[in-house]
Amino acid sequence: MSTTEKIPATAAGRGARPAPKPRRRRITDENGRRMPVWEIVLRYGLLLAVLALMIGPFLWQLSTSLKGPHEDIFSSPPTFLPSDPTFHNYERVADTIPVWDYALNSLKVAAANVVTNCVGATLAGYALARLRYRGRKAATVVFVLAMLVPVEGIIIAQFTTMRELGLNNTLIGVLLPGCVSALNVLLMRNAFLNVPYEIEEAAFVDGANVWQRFLRISLPAVKGTLAVVAIFAFMGAWDDFLWPLIVLSDPERFTLTIGLNYLHGTFANDERLVAAGTVIAVLPLIVLFACLQRYFFRGVGEGAVKG
Amino acid sequence: MKTRTATEAPITDASRVAAGRGDGPAPRGPARIRRQLPTSPWLFAAPGLVIVAVFILYPFLSTLNNAFTDKRTLMPGEYVGLANFSELLHDDMFWIGLRNSTLYVLVVVPALVLLPLLLAMLVQKHIPGITFFRSAFYTPVVASIVVVGLIWVWMLDERGLVNAVLEAVGAGKVGFLSDQWLLLFSAMAVTVWKGLGYYMIIYLAALANVPRELHEAAAVDGAGAVRRFLTVTVPAVRSTMVLVGALSSVAAFKVFSEVYLMAGPTGGPAGEDTTLVMLVQRVGTGLTGRVGYASAISVVVFVVTVTLMLLVLRADRKEDA
Repeated sequence: MSTTEKIPATAAGRGARPAPKPRRRRITDENGRRMPVWEIVLRYGLLLAVLALMIGPFLWQLSTSLKGPHEDIFSSPPTFLPSDPTFHNYERVADTIPVWDYALNSLKVAAANVVTNCVGATLAGYALARLRYRGRKAATVVFVLAMLVPVEGIIIAQFTTMRELGLNNTLIGVLLPGCVSALNVLLMRNAFLNVPYEIEEAAFVDGANVWQRFLRISLPAVKGTLAVVAIFAFMGAWDDFLWPLIVLSDPERFTLTIGLNYLHGTFANDERLVAAGTVIAVLPLIVLFACLQRYFFRGVGEGAVKG
Repeated sequence: MKTRTATEAPITDASRVAAGRGDGPAPRGPARIRRQLPTSPWLFAAPGLVIVAVFILYPFLSTLNNAFTDKRTLMPGEYVGLANFSELLHDDMFWIGLRNSTLYVLVVVPALVLLPLLLAMLVQKHIPGITFFRSAFYTPVVASIVVVGLIWVWMLDERGLVNAVLEAVGAGKVGFLSDQWLLLFSAMAVTVWKGLGYYMIIYLAALANVPRELHEAAAVDGAGAVRRFLTVTVPAVRSTMVLVGALSSVAAFKVFSEVYLMAGPTGGPAGEDTTLVMLVQRVGTGLTGRVGYASAISVVVFVVTVTLMLLVLRADRKEDA
């Protein structure tokens, strides 16, 4: 819990700094003291070095994907900018594997995962935090235990279960095991516990029933956590590899990650193709991240405490 | 501010009541709520409970059960007692997997406890452009492990960027992806690379709560940067370091994707780079998959991860005492 509160605290601290000085002044640290020049140079130098290390590989992949068939991608020293940028490789990757179908499959699973996690985790979280009934404690324990089970260890049994249900090799089968994750249920429970109870009591006195209180009073109060759940549900499903690898065997039903693995295994020598495929897989998430950074960072704080 | 404290006190009161015994008589609101709609609480909890019970807890219990059978993919199998576990003892592949997964923890965890902390200190100060740097450092976290794996397969390829640079500066080529040990260490580096941003954000939150006065006092006393790091920063974020250690050690022991993508499904030269979870996947899937034997390996994975968690938490307690 403490970590959760610290992230907003940082943001608040930033906003509340006394009298923001006009820009273009000297760089100061948070005490308003001037930072020595050598420290500024050192900091930016290190920042740029780490930046090259963290972003460089993505850019190299992008560059490779844009290089035409006659350009040497193995040159030493390497050339970073394609001499004649082309989208040819993206067309070729679509000819080689049905990459857009795979992307659509991934999108279906990810979108469904968002809906099921938001609905399921909110309902269950509300039941754990706000409603009183026999066995509530037991229900909480069930979710805590489920959260502690290492998923990598139970994939074979999950697959067997899926086959017994006749759902192996379907997108439903990819979706189901994670469609209401215990971690998300507990995150929502904590969010509901932090909503002042008095408001709901007042609504109760005014005659609101449980659904009205849930939808009109509590749900709007936990929108922030719900957004975190939604984003991580999308990212989790879009990025997942091990489970779809096990449950899907029919190449027509592959998700994008499994399709990429297949592309890599089959056409390993064509680096331009694989590069184009990875760019297609990573771009949607980078765009999503660029738009909704705040929630990604919040999710780390909240998820880490519970995970 | 006054209104805030006025509402805050009762909140803790109410949540304590709400968090209390599930079915005892409640002095406040909750009891009245129960009277109104007796069935709806289970309606609320049902979807989540069903999913978790059917797809997490049931498979977990059946894994424990299957570990003592010779079940195969298309055969029910019979109880064989501890036969799977005694077979494990003589299975070279199992020992290779255990060795690699353990090595993974030993190398990756210290790196992921220390490096993100240093990175967090680097991006902590609010200098111009810092938001951009923080986001950029987080990008590998957002990317799928498959994308990350394939990017580095190409980077570390014999004719890839890293070797091209090494050659251009006169150093020879390095077979990152062909040597058994280099492959494993390359995969570890990729794991660290992908995890840096995630743990950086966790540390950033912890660093914000380190009292500035401590740093100032230490500086006045003449402590240098390294000394201040060891005597002020590290003790102040120690509980976060334990958290990161626990999270990253459990994740590292269960490593699958990085090694699978970089070393291939069979785990590199002669399978020497196989990890335990790779072995579970390889042994337990397919038409002749040995579900029982794979489950026995899974049980080992459970036991080790739980032990790792307890060890890390225990180390924390001891330091407290």
